[in-house]
Amino acid sequence: MSSGLDRRALVAALVARRGSALLLAGLGSPAWDLAAAGDHPQHFHLWGGMGGAFAMGLGLAIARPERRVVVLTGDGEALMGLASLATIAAQRPPNLALLVLDNRVYGETGGQPTATASGVDLAGIAAAAGFPATLRLESPDRAETALDLLLAAPGPVLVQARVDHRPLPLVLPLKDAVAAKHRLRAALGVEQERCP
Amino acid sequence: MSDGDWSEGAHRAILRAGIRLLAHVPDAGLAPLLARCGRDPSIRIVGLADEREGPALLAGAWLGGLRGLLACQSSGIGNLVNMLGVSAVGRFPLAMLVTMRGEWGEQNPWQVPMGQAVPAVLGAMGVRLFSLERAEDAEAVRDGALGLAFGSEQMVAVLIRQRLLGAKRLTSSGGGPP
Repeated sequence: MSSGLDRRALVAALVARRGSALLLAGLGSPAWDLAAAGDHPQHFHLWGGMGGAFAMGLGLAIARPERRVVVLTGDGEALMGLASLATIAAQRPPNLALLVLDNRVYGETGGQPTATASGVDLAGIAAAAGFPATLRLESPDRAETALDLLLAAPGPVLVQARVDHRPLPLVLPLKDAVAAKHRLRAALGVEQERCP
Repeated sequence: MSDGDWSEGAHRAILRAGIRLLAHVPDAGLAPLLARCGRDPSIRIVGLADEREGPALLAGAWLGGLRGLLACQSSGIGNLVNMLGVSAVGRFPLAMLVTMRGEWGEQNPWQVPMGQAVPAVLGAMGVRLFSLERAEDAEAVRDGALGLAFGSEQMVAVLIRQRLLGAKRLTSSGGGPP
């Protein structure tokens, strides 16, 4: 399949423009994509907890209303976390944006089709839930529009980007979640926990 | 349903622990605490569609410097087991308040399997367990549990026993099971 956007180029463009935004990657290919775009304390990569990326982004967005939070994740992970689209729509965090890198397959497990391969419209689901801004990104000439939405539009935002499914170099992010959390909290100036 | 006033002590302990985010899937046993926290403008309430969102949401909030609490019924523990892995591997503090079903005078047999399994399931995932059986212990138990969760970056659950909550009665629709 080669009818979609180059996922690595899209994520690299997001990272190049992110400014102070915090980027949270769901497990599998999106985590490798974010790692390939360069490591940074503002980035956090999940290696597990499938279905939890949207909810984790919501928590971070609530905690840091002054920062943009962008979750990038795959269509399989997004489908497992569909309930969170309702939760997020009800909370309406203006600083949260979700980017679904939709290759229509479970890419880490052998390329089995996901529900989006049958036409399930994640952007449509988000719009129906009440997201004020959604977009189906199908061609590279609209990538800048998608990035504008992800980084600046009043949220919550969901962009469903149709991306290629093809072999890519594996770039692994920081595996130690304890180290990753401490460096993100340090980047945000959060003090170490003390007993209340 | 009388809650033996445990929710008042719980609310005080929540504030004392610096918790300003309450994520929940509601339960009749939690209703007094949810109502009390809902009247407190210092606490942000997030109604979850699925308990599974809770550990991930609270990990994200804590990354940003915000302490939260997950409140749910014992059946909800079954929904969130894999997500406890996020809390465990990242040593994210996770404070849970679980109202128990299926253990004391339960009238709905469908509540029994998960309710009975909760201590073993949470224990297997490394969650530290506290048990609340008397309303007068609510504040102390909660202080101890929340202190452990945030002071030592642990996963902690306070099980509010059905003996304290009272077995749910089958009454009219909208006030009955599950």
